[in-house]
Amino acid sequence: MNIQVKPVRTVELSKADFVSKQTPRWCPGCGDYSILANVQKVMPELNIPRENIVFVSGIGCSSRFPYYMNTYGLHTIHGRAPAFATGLKVACPDLSVWIVTGDGDGLSIGGNQLLHMLRRNLDVNVLLFNNRIYGLTKGQYSPTSEQGKVTKSTPFGSPDIPLNPMLFALSAGATFIARTYDTDSKGMQNIFKEAAKHKGTSFVEIYQNCNIFNDGTFSAVYERSEREDRILRLNHGKILVFGKDQNKGIRLRGLKPVIVDLDKDFNEKELLIHDQFCEDSTLANLLSGFDYPDFPVPMGIIRQVESPTYGEKIEEQVKSQIEKKGVGNLEKLLRGNHAWTN
Amino acid sequence: MSSVKAPLRAKSVSSQAKLPKTELEKATIRFAGDSGDGMQLTGTRFSATSVMAGNDVITFPDYPAEIRAPAGTLAGVSSFDLSISSNEIYATADYLSVLVTMNPAALKLNLQDLEKGGILIVNSDNFAENDLRKAEYTANPLESGELNDYRVVQIPITKLTLRAVEETGLSHRDGVRCKNFFSLGVVQWLFVRSLDQTRDWIEDKFKNKPEIAKANVLALQAGYNYAITTELFQARYNVPPAVLPSGEYRQITGNQAFSLGCVAASLRSGLSLLYSSYPITPASDILHELAQYKNFGVKTIQAEDEIAAMSSTIGSAFGGVLAVTGTSGPGLDLKSEAIGYAVMAELPVVVLNVQRGGPSTGLPTKAEQTDLLAALYGRHGEAPVPVLAPATPGDCFYMVLEAFRLALKYMTPVIVLSDGGLANASEPWKIPDVDQLPELTPNFHTDPENFSPSTRNPETLGRLWAIPGTPGLEHRLGGLEKDAVTGEINYEPENHEKMVLLRDEKIRRIAKDSPQLELIGPEKNKLLVVTWGSVFGPAFSVISDLQTEGYPVSMLHLRQLYPFQEKLGEVLLNFEKVMVPEMNLGQLSRLLRAEYLVDAISFSKLQGRPFLISEIRNRVLELIK
Repeated sequence: MNIQVKPVRTVELSKADFVSKQTPRWCPGCGDYSILANVQKVMPELNIPRENIVFVSGIGCSSRFPYYMNTYGLHTIHGRAPAFATGLKVACPDLSVWIVTGDGDGLSIGGNQLLHMLRRNLDVNVLLFNNRIYGLTKGQYSPTSEQGKVTKSTPFGSPDIPLNPMLFALSAGATFIARTYDTDSKGMQNIFKEAAKHKGTSFVEIYQNCNIFNDGTFSAVYERSEREDRILRLNHGKILVFGKDQNKGIRLRGLKPVIVDLDKDFNEKELLIHDQFCEDSTLANLLSGFDYPDFPVPMGIIRQVESPTYGEKIEEQVKSQIEKKGVGNLEKLLRGNHAWTN
Repeated sequence: MSSVKAPLRAKSVSSQAKLPKTELEKATIRFAGDSGDGMQLTGTRFSATSVMAGNDVITFPDYPAEIRAPAGTLAGVSSFDLSISSNEIYATADYLSVLVTMNPAALKLNLQDLEKGGILIVNSDNFAENDLRKAEYTANPLESGELNDYRVVQIPITKLTLRAVEETGLSHRDGVRCKNFFSLGVVQWLFVRSLDQTRDWIEDKFKNKPEIAKANVLALQAGYNYAITTELFQARYNVPPAVLPSGEYRQITGNQAFSLGCVAASLRSGLSLLYSSYPITPASDILHELAQYKNFGVKTIQAEDEIAAMSSTIGSAFGGVLAVTGTSGPGLDLKSEAIGYAVMAELPVVVLNVQRGGPSTGLPTKAEQTDLLAALYGRHGEAPVPVLAPATPGDCFYMVLEAFRLALKYMTPVIVLSDGGLANASEPWKIPDVDQLPELTPNFHTDPENFSPSTRNPETLGRLWAIPGTPGLEHRLGGLEKDAVTGEINYEPENHEKMVLLRDEKIRRIAKDSPQLELIGPEKNKLLVVTWGSVFGPAFSVISDLQTEGYPVSMLHLRQLYPFQEKLGEVLLNFEKVMVPEMNLGQLSRLLRAEYLVDAISFSKLQGRPFLISEIRNRVLELIK
């Protein structure tokens, strides 16, 4: 009775196979172009037939993304991509579903949908383009904008306290959270591939520059000359060190993380070691809370743990009920338990 | 009101038992008590017994929105009506033959519905000063003389129940809870019903709690015996079996029929069913019911909110399953944007809207028909959606199948409007022959040749359904206007107008594909009564009586509210007057006036409960005077 999705077959595809006929309509210089190119680059390497891939989005600049991917796609309504994807993935468990959203779509109007998809651990991949501004409506502050941000709608500064997407996802029970940025092709590609492999919701925040309404919002973090001092590159099993000369590290003092200078007399054994597979979320919480300028911004996979997915649970129930009761018989169902004859 | 037939009017008397058995064509009984008194259960059991005895039965549960308002107060009263008949019936009678009240609050709220001379059974244990105060009585009605017009039967139900269950050793609290079965025992005796079925049911229901089962059976039997021995009643009443069309029957509520219709549609289409919904009164039972049918391949999602319920339903439709959601008024509002999206993306989804009293939270547990215009017009932009409405609880089954037929054929969302009355009311339902049910055909497209998301069936204008997993048909759907040919984004003025007209024309074409209108009575007449939804029941009762009595009135019941069926305009023109009774301020009458320029006369009722037969009858008689 289920619609059978074709079994995965080996296919030789190239980046060009994932480029749709629709010309991208983002502003010249937008960070979205680079993200699109890297997603298209990674797709052939996933070895998933193109027809089994679906990109789902909501509303906003980033949400135009599905139109430019030569896969199946749904450009839906504002904030609801996770809900559309939930229905789609439950209906068709074998599809590879990707959600593209932004800081407004995903964290403001669609906060509830994102929250519940994460807690259910739906097996999809989320790319959240964070540019800390509303671009498509021409420049109002977003839920990730800094407090005091002056925009068209906040001429005297935004009174809102910004939301940290990683902490949001983590507290919703996310099983995979990672961060990357739009000029780091290698970093993006690695994370996209890992996200695709992960069973459950893979939540990827991408720092993305809006060169029209919020140009340089993350420059302080990832500008070439400064970034090695301001980014903490995460590698599983490796100590947490950063800096141009890899001479700074992170250790705990009591429950508080502190930055230590490795050039001074210091024991490496006291430094924190990254463990992305740790079931306990303490370290992930700690890293997610790091932000410039107090701490370097973590880039890479913060957390990746196994947990049953929403779809699996539903499939299991269908299967076990069929085993228990046999395949449903409509005549019996319609007759019920108390039929009589006139 | 004078012309209403008194339900307890005797046809003939037999004298086999000690007490005379009065044969009745029809009787209406109401069980009323506190929300915690188990009145819904008592009513349901009595209707099941009556159904098995061969009666036609219609039920109407009425309960408060509060789960447990303070005990004994007016706010906490819950009641259950049932009409039993030896003929086919379509509505509960206006006045009750028998009223069972478990406390003063139930008496106060329900007495006005009991016919003069009717039987009033009262639990006299609950008429202490404190009970009376909670019901806002200043004097004890059992002593004040205000019940003189009725045949009052006072029974100390609580005490007698406790005495009956004493041997089981149940706590006082659990013992008192059996009193609804005591009252049921009394009523079963009064209507000459065997206790066997109720006893079997109790034993099955409480098979894991044998002491509770035993106590309830004891209470039931005690009520029955009490009625025999105390000679409280002057007669017993027998409602003989009804002659229904032969076949196999079951009891069904509107919400059950919706659920079964969904499963039937799944099997008739070969598509698995996905029902995604957010709990809301009075639609939640559909989710509860469908959640049990996993072995039919049914998947259910309890979504995080109404918007997500609609959105996930549309997402699943994109994936190629039979997609359906259910809700009630406030939820329909929240779903509007996504329904508009389904119009734009042209995906097949069904929305079951069980209407309740509005606006806003309104009357959550009561019935109204106030969402008709919202269903037709409650979306921004030109967003036409077919709208269907079942007439009876059992009809909900067929309307779901019809909704899926239209959704799949025309690639469109379809809204089905039930109401709180149909949802919970039950009636005997002739079990359909599975092979006779309509075959539903999903037209999945698989040929990549010249495919675009705008490719349509030239006859229906339905877009082709190409689902993920199909090689070569990769495409994008969205809420942005699409090119009429390529399906890519297109903002050009002429293209937009073309697409608006095309979506409009597609839905209009359904008019030609709908079942024929069924006129009840002469094609030309003085008056035509046009109804939709649950008004069918009381209106049909009235019109068939009036036609038998020779009055010049015909009736037309609409099950499709958008687009109207072909020839409706011509039909309307053959009548001097057109009257539209509706549980709203004239929404259908406004549509008929706008569409056909007829002077449709609206007849409104907005009390959260159905029209009385007498209300419609009197208005009809005024109009044909």
